[in-house]
Amino acid sequence: MSAREDILNRIGAALRDAPAVPDIPRNYRRVSAMTAEQRLEQLVDRLVDYKASVFVVPAAEAAGKLAELLAGTASVVVPHGLPQEWLSALPPAGTDDAGSPAVAVDSPQRRLTVAELDAVDAVVTAAAVAVSETGTIMLDGSPSQGRRIISLVPDRHVCVLRAADIVEVLPEAVARLEATAPQTWISGPSATSDIELERVEGVHGPRTLDVLILQ
Amino acid sequence: MSGTFLGMPALPAYGHGNLNATEPFPKAAHRELGNAQLRANLGHATHTIRDKRLKVVAELPDWEDMRDSGSAIKNATMAQLPALLEQFEANFTARGGTIHWARDAQEANEIVTSLVRATGETEVVKVKSMATQEIGLNEYLEDQGIAAFETDLAELIVQLDHDKPSHILVPAIHKNRSQIREIFLREMEDVDPALTDEPARLAEAARRHLRKKFLTAKVAVSGANFGLADTGTLTVVESEGNGRMCLTLPDTLITVMGIEKLLPSWSDLEVFMQLLPRSSTGERMNPYTSLWTGVTPGDGPQNVHLVLLDNGRTAALADEMGRTALNCIRCSACMNVCPVYERTGGHAYGSTYPGPIGAILSPLMTGIKSEKNNSLPYASSLCGACFDACPVKINIPEILVHLRGEDVDSRRATIKVPTQMDLMMKGAEWAFSDGAHLGLLEKGLPLGRLAAGRDKVIKKLPGLAGKWTRSRDLPAPPGQSFRQWWARDHKAPDGVVPGTGTTNGTGTGSPTESEGGQA
Amino acid sequence: MKIALFATCIVDAMYPRTARATVAILERLGHEVVFPPGQACCGQMHVNSGYFKEALPVVANHVRAFDTDDYDVAVAPSGSCVASVKHQHELVARRCGDAALEARAAVVGAKTYELSQLLTDVLGVTDAARQLGSHFPHKVTYHPSCHGMRLLKLGDRQLKLLASVAGIELVELPEADQCCGFGGTFSLKNADVSGAMLEDKAANICGTGAELCTGGDASCLMHIGGGLSRQGSKVGTLHFAEILASTLDNPVPVAGDVQLAGGRR
Ligand code: SF4
Repeated sequence: MSAREDILNRIGAALRDAPAVPDIPRNYRRVSAMTAEQRLEQLVDRLVDYKASVFVVPAAEAAGKLAELLAGTASVVVPHGLPQEWLSALPPAGTDDAGSPAVAVDSPQRRLTVAELDAVDAVVTAAAVAVSETGTIMLDGSPSQGRRIISLVPDRHVCVLRAADIVEVLPEAVARLEATAPQTWISGPSATSDIELERVEGVHGPRTLDVLILQ
Repeated sequence: MSGTFLGMPALPAYGHGNLNATEPFPKAAHRELGNAQLRANLGHATHTIRDKRLKVVAELPDWEDMRDSGSAIKNATMAQLPALLEQFEANFTARGGTIHWARDAQEANEIVTSLVRATGETEVVKVKSMATQEIGLNEYLEDQGIAAFETDLAELIVQLDHDKPSHILVPAIHKNRSQIREIFLREMEDVDPALTDEPARLAEAARRHLRKKFLTAKVAVSGANFGLADTGTLTVVESEGNGRMCLTLPDTLITVMGIEKLLPSWSDLEVFMQLLPRSSTGERMNPYTSLWTGVTPGDGPQNVHLVLLDNGRTAALADEMGRTALNCIRCSACMNVCPVYERTGGHAYGSTYPGPIGAILSPLMTGIKSEKNNSLPYASSLCGACFDACPVKINIPEILVHLRGEDVDSRRATIKVPTQMDLMMKGAEWAFSDGAHLGLLEKGLPLGRLAAGRDKVIKKLPGLAGKWTRSRDLPAPPGQSFRQWWARDHKAPDGVVPGTGTTNGTGTGSPTESEGGQA
Repeated sequence: MKIALFATCIVDAMYPRTARATVAILERLGHEVVFPPGQACCGQMHVNSGYFKEALPVVANHVRAFDTDDYDVAVAPSGSCVASVKHQHELVARRCGDAALEARAAVVGAKTYELSQLLTDVLGVTDAARQLGSHFPHKVTYHPSCHGMRLLKLGDRQLKLLASVAGIELVELPEADQCCGFGGTFSLKNADVSGAMLEDKAANICGTGAELCTGGDASCLMHIGGGLSRQGSKVGTLHFAEILASTLDNPVPVAGDVQLAGGRR
């Protein structure tokens, strides 16, 4: 008998008493009771608590703010689907403008290697959805967010989030996400509490998380 | 509740590996209690995390609703486990993943080894995983010439120190910062000799130490927190990013997951990803959660495997009174609130699974008769703190008592000479199964008073009861029992005046008169 | 109301004053107290030690003694014994395959109350000083026993009753919700761990500067008192029923050579 059959048989025998399948109560909150304004405020509060830096600007100022945030950064990687206009305030690649980064685009045609990514200072991605109650930003691998590796290896992650994509509670986000997409849920920069349960930000994942929220 | 069933596979099929106490718990506890540094470290850590948990749990108005949902979802999972496993398998496989089934630790270790061999590699990076700890995978791989590098900070500390984890979430909870610094200085080749014991500096040292490993690793081994049957999705919950590194960078990913880790549907994650982080690290959400379903072309490992592990889980499932132990999501809240764990630490339990959940899960998986696991269900005062804290409402005290019953019954069947405890229980059965018997015995109370002597305190008792008087006195018994007083002296009052404090002057209104010697 | 007292074995044999205090309180409120003579023990020591077979006759005896229409409600001055009657008795009967006993145990369990539950929820006592004449001019700290707190969810019932006693000075016990380490045979089987828990509990109690520690379970108080006494502490332990029963005219003595439950004075 294969291990598979064997185990399934064992389970069948273990459940010989045919335990009832209970009804699942779902009395927890599944939709937000907050206004958009409150959600934004809550998300900012949570992210700051996680030691992320948060910037809230009108959507029209996205490019300017990004250019400001990236000033002094030598190199940046972006996924190929990142909205072009967000980078429009950066000087075009190749210009030898001191203080503006070299921008590498990761795409299905040109995937950056691990070594290349390790040499990059920052990554800019969009986000799929964010949960204000828990301060969580979800990336789902779509073209504006890119492969999981690009938001992992660079030491700084600049994540651009549309305020309209902020929900309050986790069930709202789970309903929006495609389960089978490769996902990373991010709540602050990498951290550990392994030493005396004291939280330390910055271990293996990006040690700096900047969140730019567009209103 | 266990037994053999005609026409069915031989049940129960018990688990093997690191699931055993190797010495009786009281003996191990005695040793660990003597370690003042350990007690100080544990006391500090458990109190810190308790406070954090209470704070974030209190934040949610619907925490109890969530616990109810979580508990019901897990019960539903167990009740439909075969169908859900098959559903998960179909979905995971459809998206390019490969599923392997392992009856026990040995089989799982062999599968992982052959998968690593097939890649031609001799090194793997590892994400913290209880399942691989349980099956002793690292040691097995080492024997096969494959080096496994733990990448979680606490696991790294434990591995570098050639020690064993003592907590399921914070495996190095028994070490303080200066001990960790010493370990790093001693064991990390590339370490900066000026390393301080600041947690941030220690974390930095770990980052440097592992960075190159991550960037060049070809094979990773992980566990999984949840498997979602209706989509075939796996989940790893972590903090440091070492999980993301292992789950994203290598070409090959091998995950080992217990068969009980399934949830029926994707949307169930909305419950468990609220319950788990708040219960475990006391955070609103853990820094990173990774989710993957088979293979995503161009993104992450392209050679993706999952080993579904039994190793005694079906034995636990076969125990109707104990099966809810499988609902455990390994948050560690129960051990963090446990007054016994707080004082003995995790090593005293022997098994990979320490604390209250370990005290039930280990003997359920191995059988109560395996090695010293029959001492584990007694490692609790039954205070119930674990049940209160458990996000999936596992009634741990009730299962502890059930397993004590299994132990007593199994010893009854094999051991012919009764223990002191057996005799005490037999005697108490006689005394307590009839009011007249107890009344008869109470006639002997004055003898106890005599034994107590002039200062009315008993300081030393013989035999088993001597364990009591090791650190406690016993007061002298009263001159007469309540039963005797009731029969002789109590008269129902006729003129009761509420609130006056006295009644009809017979003295029955107050317990303090005619003490009959209690004073 | 006709109230059946379940004294519990430990109070009956070791702390009769607690049962007498319970009787006094109830009679003061104008109720009739009866003592079903067949009673002995709830059986939790057997159950909690895994001796289900031995527990069965003990449980059966309790059900026999209390399964009558001769009273309205039953009360015991112990959270732990009431939790056993309410939650364990059915379980024991079921495990031993006695369906009839299981059904009768459920009936008895439903009629049984812990003392503070009965006083607060059924008898409407909110002000012990006014309704019971309770007077106790001492500095007291309070340990909520685990089973009352977690299995019966007594909440602050005992504490509120105590707070309404005239003259009492209640001081908060740090880490009050931590188990004292008794746990029945746990204190024998795992004597070292139990002792370590007791040590911390005793230190917390002594740190409050209270004259005595009260609570709702004689067994825990015996454990705590035994530890305090062994350490040579002057702090004693006393069941809250005795504090409620204490009056200006008839005070519970806590000074002189009175031996409290453990603890020396
Ligand atoms: S038993 Fe409950 S509290 Fe303990 S680790 Fe498992 S889920 Fe967490």
